[in-house]
Amino acid sequence: MEVALDALSWLLLGLGSFFCMVGGLGLLRLPDVYTRTHGAAITDTLGAGLILIGLMLQAGPTLVTVKLVLVLAFLLFTSPVSGHALVKAAFSSGVAAQVEHSDVGHGETAPGTDPKPEHETES
Amino acid sequence: MAFPIEVVLFLFLIASAISVALLEDLFAAAMITGIFSLISAGLFTLMDAVDVAFTEAAVGAGISTVLVLSTLGLTTDREDQRAFHLFPLVVVLITGAALLYGTLDMPLYGDPSAPIHGHVAPDYIVGAMKDFGIPNIVTNVLASYRGYDTLGETVVIFTATIGVLLLLTAGGRERGASKESEGQAHTAHEPPSPMREVVVLRLVSQALIPLILLFAFYVQFHGDFGPGGGFQAGVIFGAGLVLYGLIFGLETLKGVVPPAVLEAGLALGVLLYGGTGVACLLLGGNYLDYAVFDHHSAAHGRHLGILLVEGGVGIAVTCAMTLIFYAFGGRSSIRNGGASQ
Repeated sequence: MEVALDALSWLLLGLGSFFCMVGGLGLLRLPDVYTRTHGAAITDTLGAGLILIGLMLQAGPTLVTVKLVLVLAFLLFTSPVSGHALVKAAFSSGVAAQVEHSDVGHGETAPGTDPKPEHETES
Repeated sequence: MAFPIEVVLFLFLIASAISVALLEDLFAAAMITGIFSLISAGLFTLMDAVDVAFTEAAVGAGISTVLVLSTLGLTTDREDQRAFHLFPLVVVLITGAALLYGTLDMPLYGDPSAPIHGHVAPDYIVGAMKDFGIPNIVTNVLASYRGYDTLGETVVIFTATIGVLLLLTAGGRERGASKESEGQAHTAHEPPSPMREVVVLRLVSQALIPLILLFAFYVQFHGDFGPGGGFQAGVIFGAGLVLYGLIFGLETLKGVVPPAVLEAGLALGVLLYGGTGVACLLLGGNYLDYAVFDHHSAAHGRHLGILLVEGGVGIAVTCAMTLIFYAFGGRSSIRNGGASQ
């Protein structure tokens, strides 16, 4: 039982760390602010969420677990909202997406657009 | 063994400091300044200085970022391209070298034989339970052993807020008045906050703001037993109000907490702190010697005194934070109102 719990907890911690790294990679490599926000959001939700659940299994039925559940709840409340607000602000200030709809699956930039992403404050 | 985490956080701290210095986009620099504060808060938590971490996270990463951004909204988010000046560089290098030289004499991090651990700290640690019956030593030191210092700090906050208000709102009101006299349509009704229209933001902040305010009360009244106290509670409560103002607009927030109430509260907080000291004098003790509040149990009296002065600090800090936000936000709404017409 103990071993199974430990194994599951480490699996979740490892998966969470993996998603954090994927999110970081996405933040660096994706072409524009919209896709990058997607990368950042993965770090906050899936990455941190799995790590927190893994930590809950480590903590067992204690007060620490209650606190971790609260941390997770607040994280799930706030971080998608901040991502949403960021994208909404970028969209309303007219930042153009570098990825066309049809290109999403291929990860290529649209022809004729500058592959270097503009900063979100510029319009 | 938290040492490697601290090293990593310090490296992040240095990296964010360098990028703030190098960035020409002031908007990004402001955001990274907020990240700098958040990393500092993490470091404080690792050093078991959770009280400081609270304040750093709420003020450094929260309120001051909002203030810097609203300043950028008033001015520009591009850095001036200035010619290279030798003199400031020399001054900075000499100051930096002097500071580094100063650290050579400092005791090592975590050194138990450092002077600070041998002077009065043992008395404070022993006295915490004996004299106060309060487990949070920070609260004892802040509100009682070093009560004069904290009174001074509260007065500094009071004075600084008045200074900010004088600098920002005095000119702003005149300008606003002249705008209206020129026949501009912009009056007391500012345009509705655009963030209010974003349903997700509005709903989530509606759910979170009561919890933030509740947490501020917890930090205030539980500060004797856990990390927290007046300063922390004040900045958290202030951050909650600032968030409300950001989402629902400055005028709505002013309807909830009118500036006049906050101005009175700012003075009231300092008065409560100072008045507690005077009450001690009248009861026959020394200034801020709370033991006289309860003749049967000195510890109970000290506990009561600490609750009172922490309450004063909390009220003053909340009002100070919100008033400064009003001062900045008021200016930008005047500017925006003028610019849009």
